[in-house]
Parts: sequence; structure tokens; C-alpha cells
Amino acid sequence: MTDLVEQDVAAVTPSPASSTPPKSRLRGEAFARRLRARHAAERRFRLAGAAAVALAALILVLLLGSIVAKGASAFLEARIRLEVTLDPAEVADRNYNGLLRRALYAHFPQVTDRAGRRVLNDLLSSGAPYELEAMVAKDPALVGTTQTVWVRADDQIDQLVKGGYRRDLPESERGLSDAKVAAADALLASGALAQGFNTTLFTAGDSREPEQAGIGGAIVGSLLTLLVTMALSVPVGISAAVYLEEFAPKNRWTDLIEVNINNLAAVPSIIFGLLGLAVFLGFFGMPRSAPLVGGLVMALMTLPVIIIASRVALKAVPPSIREAALGIGASPLQTVLHHVLPLAMPGILTGTIIGMARALGETAPLLMIGMVAFIVDIPHGLTDSATVLPVQIYMWADSPERAFTERTSAAILILLGVLILLNGAAVILRKIFERRW
Amino acid sequence: MSIPSGIRSSIPSQLKLRPRGDRQPNRASGAALPAKMTARGVKVFYGAKQALKGIDLDIQENRVLALIGPSGCGKSTFLRCLNRMNDTVEGCRVEGRIALDGEDVYGKAVDAVQLRARVGMVFQKPNPFPKSIYDNVSYGPRIHGLASGRDELDEVVQTSLKRAGLWAEVKDRLREPGTSLSGGQQQRLCIARAIAVSPEVILMDEPCSALDPIATAHIEELIDELRANYTIVIVTHNMQQAARVSQRTAFFHLGEMVECDDTEEIFTNPRDERTQGYITGRYG
Repeated sequence: MTDLVEQDVAAVTPSPASSTPPKSRLRGEAFARRLRARHAAERRFRLAGAAAVALAALILVLLLGSIVAKGASAFLEARIRLEVTLDPAEVADRNYNGLLRRALYAHFPQVTDRAGRRVLNDLLSSGAPYELEAMVAKDPALVGTTQTVWVRADDQIDQLVKGGYRRDLPESERGLSDAKVAAADALLASGALAQGFNTTLFTAGDSREPEQAGIGGAIVGSLLTLLVTMALSVPVGISAAVYLEEFAPKNRWTDLIEVNINNLAAVPSIIFGLLGLAVFLGFFGMPRSAPLVGGLVMALMTLPVIIIASRVALKAVPPSIREAALGIGASPLQTVLHHVLPLAMPGILTGTIIGMARALGETAPLLMIGMVAFIVDIPHGLTDSATVLPVQIYMWADSPERAFTERTSAAILILLGVLILLNGAAVILRKIFERRW
Repeated sequence: MSIPSGIRSSIPSQLKLRPRGDRQPNRASGAALPAKMTARGVKVFYGAKQALKGIDLDIQENRVLALIGPSGCGKSTFLRCLNRMNDTVEGCRVEGRIALDGEDVYGKAVDAVQLRARVGMVFQKPNPFPKSIYDNVSYGPRIHGLASGRDELDEVVQTSLKRAGLWAEVKDRLREPGTSLSGGQQQRLCIARAIAVSPEVILMDEPCSALDPIATAHIEELIDELRANYTIVIVTHNMQQAARVSQRTAFFHLGEMVECDDTEEIFTNPRDERTQGYITGRYG
């Protein structure tokens, strides 16, 4: 800063040979004008900077606002209250559907014809019988009693309750029959149709029926994939960075390696997916759609990021610390492990978490290894078929049902939440590591 | 800093042609003392650039040897050869023979890690580890296994800090980070850290150049006290300092050791024109 000012002054100050002494030039009107112009330029620059920040903030708020506005309702789901008599004979027959329907018809004693009852049947989610079955399986003593249960409503009813359908449109344009609207309204009026917190969204796997679909499977898939990625790329990446930075001789080979690592960091992620397809699936015959393979591919993708960030962090450790340790006879390894690495740790952690966050949000390479698949079951191991959060979002975004639209936004919110958690963890870890010194 | 060509050409030609034998490092009183370390024909190259052009020097036991000379003359390079710190510099090559108690330090039998424990070093800028004062001093003894048990380690830390003249100031705050001390205290902490492993020789690379005069006086007193137990080599830009703390002084110039003699002799009766020029402030 001072250098700049000095140069500036030198530019307007004439050479000592000039008749005017330099002192007066620093006080004159011309100089004052220049000074004013310089201050004005600074004000303009600051204003432009503030405007840029404000614009970025505005866009972020708009983006988040629209997602929250669309997705918030997905955290609630419509449920219907039914008085179900668990007739032992029907339970033995596993005719839970029939039990539920009978309880539902009790709300509408006036409806007796088949067409009217079909409309009523459609109010319930096709997954409702399984809810009842699970309840009975958990507590067999319920058989023979009459229970009040809240079961999931169909996604169209769910959307109707949330205001997803315009009631003023004619029936043919609404996509929801007047009969269903009337039945739902009757249930709403009697308090038998209400909204509750949507646990399905968090616990269930994917489904064709929006009201039964959740991101539980995708979250577990993401966790398993990240676990593999982390277990591989963190130790390998940090070791590679330490070796290259602290031990490797500087010659043509290490230069070549460095250039290649930098290039790898810039390779499009889909290429890593193709590599995974050819090598892990094609050559090694690993299972398709498995978190293991996804994790391996992500690890390859994250490695250069971690290596580069770790090398930068190691480079930033002052050489005087290395000299101090070596000077009292610490071996090079002790120097690195006791002094250099702990000091570089905050930077390494930041790089690692940025790499992990990138892996968490990545979809392209997983397209290639079959993780873009409709998978209903929640994976239980590294070789089970699985999908991951961003891929789930991608697939839901393609679905035409209104209920999937809000679930897409909700899944985006959850993904953002996980990313914020990750970054928060990074900040906390940094604080912990820095406090040690 | 390079020497202006005018000065270089002013050096009488007969001086350049003076026979080597006349520049024997040991003379008069110095010859009586045993040499702790000896350097013979030490040449150092940084890549293609030669930094030292054949140094012969004896470092006497329990004496302070000061290395003086203009910047870039190779005195720090020479110092860093004595404990092989130059090994860590990329592209650095050392020729010639440096011996510690008659044993070649660049020989196969000597391990650089062990050598650096025997030949400790204090650097120009205080560089305490960003750990507690206690950990700073105890680190060396711990990695070398010099103390068994907590009590013994406490003992070593206390002795070292006392010897470095820092104990009274820090005895109540051993758990505080070493970096929280003042510059002068940090440098004494670094000296305590160096002597905690009981080295035989201590190398000091301009240890006072980053300190104020009071802290400098502290360190100088300390160096004088340490002389009783250690052999000390100190690089300094400050000629008064060299005169105050050292018994022997070597003058380096452009990668050569111009002369080495008793300090008094160097400052009152230098034999070489260049030495005289430097100590009288003509250049450097």
C-alpha cells in the first residue's frame, strides 16, 4: 500500500533538477485534485464491491426462498383417522385393505354404491394397509380390539389439503374428480383428515407413490458412499501430500506427478464415472449400483483436491518450525508428525471437507456405475444397491406428480442442511485444532 | 552484498598471492587448546553456484568462536555444515572434511539426527514451537529418550531454563505457549531448548539480530556463561558483539575464510587488508 502511494507521489513529483522544490508539489492545488480523485476512486470501488455482495446475497435469498416455499409443505403429510376393528379372521387373512376400507366407509354411511366406494378407496394411500400390518406385527395383542389409527392419505388428497389443486377450475382441468374433493372436504370438516409431521420422508426408501417415498435410502446410500470415499481418500491424500511436500526429491518425476495431480483435479467428474465403469465394474466385476464402487470413484475424484489442499497447508507452515525440530535432532518423520502436520491440520481439514462436500453433491460419475436407479430398499451394506441424495433429487425432479415436486425441494433442503452441518463440523474441528497451540 | 569493484581492485595483489601456510587457523595461544571440531577444505555448492571455496578452521573446546563477514560471505552456510542442516537444502553439496572429535560428520558412521543432537543450533529468528514452554524444552529430551519418567523430565526442563536464564521469568507459566513470550525471552527459550539435550557444541546463527539491545545484552551474558560447558560458534553481523562474546574470531569474505585468530588480535591487529577494511567499516 505504502509502496503504491510512494510511486504515485514519485510520478507527480518532478525530478530534483526541476526548479520547484518537491515539497510544494505535495501541497498544491493539482495535488489536492489528484488526492480527491484517488479518494473518489476508492469510494467507487467500495460501492461496487458492496453492490456485488448485495447482489449475491439477493440471488441466494431468492434461490433459498423459492426452495423453502416449495419444499416446506413436504415436511407435513395428510393422514386420515380411522376406527379400525381388527377382526381376527381378517387379520389371519391379511386383508388389512378390507379392514381399512370398512373403517373408511363408516365415515360415509350414505355411500353404498360401488362407484361411490371406489372414490372412497382412492382416498387412502396404497401403502396404508402395510402401515396397519406393521402395527399389528409390532403388537399382536391388538387383534380383536378396535383401534383409532391415522393412516396416510393418497398423494392427491395430500396435495388438495395443502392447496396444490385449484378448486375453481373445472373438473376436467383439475385432474382431481369433484367426488374426491367432496369426500375429502367432508373428512376435513369432521376432523378425520389432518396434517402431521412427515416421518415417511426421512425413513422410507424410494417409491412410485409420492406419499410413500422418502430419502431414507438415499441418505444411507450417501453415508455409505462417503464412508468409503473418506476411508480411502483422506489417508491416501494426506500421505501423498506429506511425501511430495516433505520428503520427495524435487526432480523431473515429482514435477510430472505434480502436473498430473493438478490436471486430475480439473478432469470432469463424468470421466471418473467412466473409469469406474470400465475398471471397477468391467475389469474387477464389482456389483452395480453399490456404494462401494460409488465410494471408490468418488475417492479417485476427491484425491487430487485433498492432495492439493494439503500441500498448500503444509507449504504454509513456516520453515523455521522444521529447522527448529531438525536442529535439536528430531528425525524428518518426527518433524513432520510432531510439528508440521499438526500446524497444517486446519488447512488439511478444510480441504478434506470441501472435497467431501463436493463428493456428497456429485451425481455425474454415479450415472455411469448404475447408482441412478429406482431402489426401494434401504441399503444395509457396501455392496447393496443404493442411490445417493443428489441422484434421488435428480430422479424425483423428473417425476410428474405434484407431490414429488415438493419432495424434490424438501430433499434439496435436506441436502443443503447436511452440507451446512459438514461445513459447521469443519469450522469446529478447525477451532479445536487451533486451540491446542 | 557484493563488494564494489573499486574496493576489490584496491586489495594489493601480493595479498592474494600470499601462501596458504601463512593462514594457519591456529596460532599463538589458540594452538594450545584441543579442537572440538575441525574443518578442512570445506567447499559448498548450491546447484552450480559455489558458496564456500575451501574452508580450513578449527573450533576449540569451551571457547566462543565468532564468524564475521559481509552478508553472503558464507558464514551461515559454514555454520549449517557443522550440524548438516544443509542436508535439508535442495541442491546443496558439501565437499571436504568436517570432524567432530576426530570423526567425519559426513561419514557413513555418523547419523545426521544424532549429530544434530550433539551439535545444537539456535536460529536467527526465535522459533519456539507453538506449544507450551514446558513442551518446548522437554521435546528434545523426550524424543532422544534422555529422561526416564516425569520427575526427571521436570528436572531437565528446570535446569535448562535456569541455564538459559529464563527460569525466574517463566517458572509460574510453564503451560503457557512459548510464542506468548517476548522476542528476547523466546530466543532464550530456544537456547534452553537447545541445551536441554546436552549438546557438545552450540551453533548460533545471528541469535540477536531480531532482538532489542536489552534482550541482546541478556543473550550475550548467557553465551559467556554457557562457554564453561559448551563449545559455541556464533555468526554475527555486529562486530562489537563479536568482540564482546568471543575468544576467537574468523573473518569470512566471498566464500573464503580470510583469517582466524584470537578476537583481540583480529580487532586490534588484523593481518589481512580485507579484514581491516571490514572491521573499520569500509564495506560490509
